Amino acid sequence: MILAEGAQSVPSWRLLVPLPSEIIWSLIFLVIFAVLFMKFILPRLNAVLDERAEKIEGGLRNAEKVQEQVDQLKNDQEQELAAARQEAASIREKARTDGQKIVDEARTRAESENERLLASGRQQLSAERIAASTELRGEVGTLASDLASKIVGESLTDDERSRRVIDRFLDDLESSQATTR
Amino acid sequence: MQLVRLIVLAVVLIVMCVLASRAKLVPGRAQSIVELLIEFVNGNIIKNTLGLRAGKHFAPFLITLFFFLLAMNIAGVIPGLNLAGTSVIGLPLLAALWTFVVYVTAGVKKRGIAGYLKHETAPPGLPKPIYLLLVPIEFLQVVLIRWASLTIRLLANMVAGHIMLVVFIGLTQGLLLSGTWLVAISPFAGALAIGIYGFEIFVAALQAFIFTILAAVYIQMATADEH
Repeated sequence: MILAEGAQSVPSWRLLVPLPSEIIWSLIFLVIFAVLFMKFILPRLNAVLDERAEKIEGGLRNAEKVQEQVDQLKNDQEQELAAARQEAASIREKARTDGQKIVDEARTRAESENERLLASGRQQLSAERIAASTELRGEVGTLASDLASKIVGESLTDDERSRRVIDRFLDDLESSQATTR
Repeated sequence: MQLVRLIVLAVVLIVMCVLASRAKLVPGRAQSIVELLIEFVNGNIIKNTLGLRAGKHFAPFLITLFFFLLAMNIAGVIPGLNLAGTSVIGLPLLAALWTFVVYVTAGVKKRGIAGYLKHETAPPGLPKPIYLLLVPIEFLQVVLIRWASLTIRLLANMVAGHIMLVVFIGLTQGLLLSGTWLVAISPFAGALAIGIYGFEIFVAALQAFIFTILAAVYIQMATADEH
């Protein structure tokens, strides 16, 4: 309403052609606004904005770095774990082979010992048999000669002759044994 | 008129100064809104026309222009002021002339006067006779039409908005007090007036945006490399 009333008193071309005072006031306002805005307000706000952006960026970068470290550590740990596992496995394997070896050694030793014992026993046995047989030979000789002298009489007590007879007899006996064996 | 401008100026500058001097790394609500507006100009106007790196030099000018026009336009829909600071020709004209000076200066600084005029008025790759027609037109556009159109677009929008508000509010009042059956229509007129009020808020922001983005485009045209 106000404008409509004003328009009647002011010609319409006034809308596009400014009065000098209008220009001056506008200029003053614009300059004040522009100077304050560009020299004080915007730099402050931009500084804050930049600082924040920087901080966020720094934070992100930091987080990235930390993440990287964590990854690295995890990797290392896993590697170590794998190595340890491998080592444990190899130790176990070695223990198993060692144990096997020990058992084998013990077994061979026992076998050899056994054999040795057996052999010595056999040897002893044969030695005893030889001893027994020689002893028997002697005793059998005397027994037989005693028996024969008792049967045949005094004449055969002569040592020289009886020994010869006994020896011949025993030799015969031995040779006959060898052929039958 | 000047009183309205003075009030707007004082309020906006005081608020902004307080905000700026108390600006914190973790923004409060008001600071967030202002930062949002700055980021809007940065992202939607400067980045899309000049590119952030080339636009860094002109960003203070463009942001200031946007805030100034937005504040003055919004005054048109603030109850008690009800008059846009830009609805009288002085401010739009000066803002447009300021833009004109900025883009011409930018162009001249980059190419020299002759180089700038050649760059703006004579796009390469056209047949010779066309230039006879093209150069005067382009010249006229650079030195007159661009800033004149900026002025008139803003001024006309603000004046028209103001007149529309006055008309519809006046109409509502007239119908309501007419004392005849026309009273029945007055609610519709009132609703329309409120609708237009809302529309004017949008127009205020839109015109500030358009003015600023055109300024950015003119700067871009003045400083762009040959395609």
